Amino acid sequence: MKKTKFLAFAAIAAAALAAAGCGSEDPATAADSIVVSSAWTKAAESGMTGAFAELENTGDHAVQIVSVSSPVSSRTELHEMAPAADGAMAMREMDGGLTVAAGSRHSLAPGGDHLMLMDLIEPVTPGTDIEFTLTFSDGSSIDFTSQVRDFAGARENYVPNAEEGANHGG
Amino acid sequence: MAELTRRRLLGGGAAALGVVGLGAAGIGRVTARDEDPGIVGFHGTHQAGIETEPQAFASFVALDLLPGTDRRALVGVLKVWAQDAYRLTTGTGGLGDTEPELAQDPANLTVTVGFGPGVFGPAVFASADAEKVRPEWLRPLPAFGIDRLEDRWSGGDLMLQVCADDPVTVAHAVRTLTRTVRSQVSVRWVQRGFRHAPGTRPEGASMRNLMGQVDGTVNPAAGSTEFQGRVWNPGSPPWLAGGSSLVLRRIRMELDTWDELDRPARELTVGRTLSNGAPLTGTAEHDDPDFDAVDRYGIPVIPPESHMARARPRNADEQFLRRGYNYDDADGAGLLFAAYQADVDRQFVPVQQRLADHDALNPWITPIGSAVFAIPSGFGAGGYPGETLFEG
Repeated sequence: MKKTKFLAFAAIAAAALAAAGCGSEDPATAADSIVVSSAWTKAAESGMTGAFAELENTGDHAVQIVSVSSPVSSRTELHEMAPAADGAMAMREMDGGLTVAAGSRHSLAPGGDHLMLMDLIEPVTPGTDIEFTLTFSDGSSIDFTSQVRDFAGARENYVPNAEEGANHGG
Repeated sequence: MAELTRRRLLGGGAAALGVVGLGAAGIGRVTARDEDPGIVGFHGTHQAGIETEPQAFASFVALDLLPGTDRRALVGVLKVWAQDAYRLTTGTGGLGDTEPELAQDPANLTVTVGFGPGVFGPAVFASADAEKVRPEWLRPLPAFGIDRLEDRWSGGDLMLQVCADDPVTVAHAVRTLTRTVRSQVSVRWVQRGFRHAPGTRPEGASMRNLMGQVDGTVNPAAGSTEFQGRVWNPGSPPWLAGGSSLVLRRIRMELDTWDELDRPARELTVGRTLSNGAPLTGTAEHDDPDFDAVDRYGIPVIPPESHMARARPRNADEQFLRRGYNYDDADGAGLLFAAYQADVDRQFVPVQQRLADHDALNPWITPIGSAVFAIPSGFGAGGYPGETLFEG
């Protein structure tokens, strides 16, 4: 977990003051600016499943999440929803990561952008805590915990970059 | 000059904003809601929903562990409930709530979790361990002669008591708390109950049941040492310290035959007046009954076989909290009789046995459901109900 929220605020404030005076660099990392809340993961026995959360960028610079990982999956991706070839909405890996604008919130939610555990190493069952790590373009990262629960939705059709079609979330 | 219309107060604009402070009291309900967000504290020494002033609406939900739900999975269910119940009681949707708008008004929501005998079954505890931690009284009540129990209203491995002053809030909370763990538990029964709507009666007034009687007069007062002693478990077994027990009896009222009784007979049956619930020897609801008083013929004013005389505690142990709700449905009407006590066998069973043996009210009431649950203590942020059992 990020433990430096208040320090980050102080750093940003100090940097803002300094910037007004002499234009020095903002020392805060992207990880210092992001607050993750209400994180949860959809229960699944195996295969793929989605994870969701509220992201808040408390800083005054946009931050870019470039990758995500979790110990319960051999591979975890940032996904978005977009029209597939047949016109229906399908999910796909984000090209170039996820940007959260300065001072804004971004929801990772069923039907929208989300985190995708691509290949579960073990079942994820209701009430267990799943760890995630978000890595930003400046190399900084934050960890957060999400609680698992049964969820009937988040059945988005998955369109990998290659042709292999698959469904997830059952 | 300054005619403060509702339209003007609720409209935008600087003028309206300037006078809101003067006119706010006139908005009535909106102001009241702003002052009272309807949030009952969730975390604490005891679970909420017992010492809490009874809300108008309740759903009691029994659930069974599905095959394969082991100790770890059960703890997971309890953690989901702790997380989402807290969020719901603060007016926030559950995690992943697909209808968060239904959670916006918590309406004094409380969620109280109970453990049935199944929590101490082989899927969760080795039998030698279960013997050490299972409360002795956690089993079906003894069979009483008056019982006509139906499976569909009886038993259950787990129990959720969900109460609020808005039935939509109750329904959404029940839906949220059951669908998020449906791979581990299944709903066994739901019993919905109601009291008078909020605001229709003086605060703290006893409710009326569907026979028209004032119900729940003799009850320990919230916050009293009596309440502490009667309701909260002192630590027997140790993990249950600060917890309690719930006996939930679905008692059908035989209203068609009750209708045949005239008012004096109805009052003699219970031992209290119908007008205000006063004992037949008194004038006010909370007057002490005089069981020795006789009329000019030497006949007791309060019949010894009346419900009140039979229910009267014979010793200090025989007292508990009643926090019941009315019900009615296609099968009839009745009472969800909910009794909370530190020890079921010591406090509740002797009274129920005496009433089952003889009570003038018995021809008109039939218990058709019965369940007993241990109520774990309260817990803090990050905790869950029963953590003292599973982590202890």
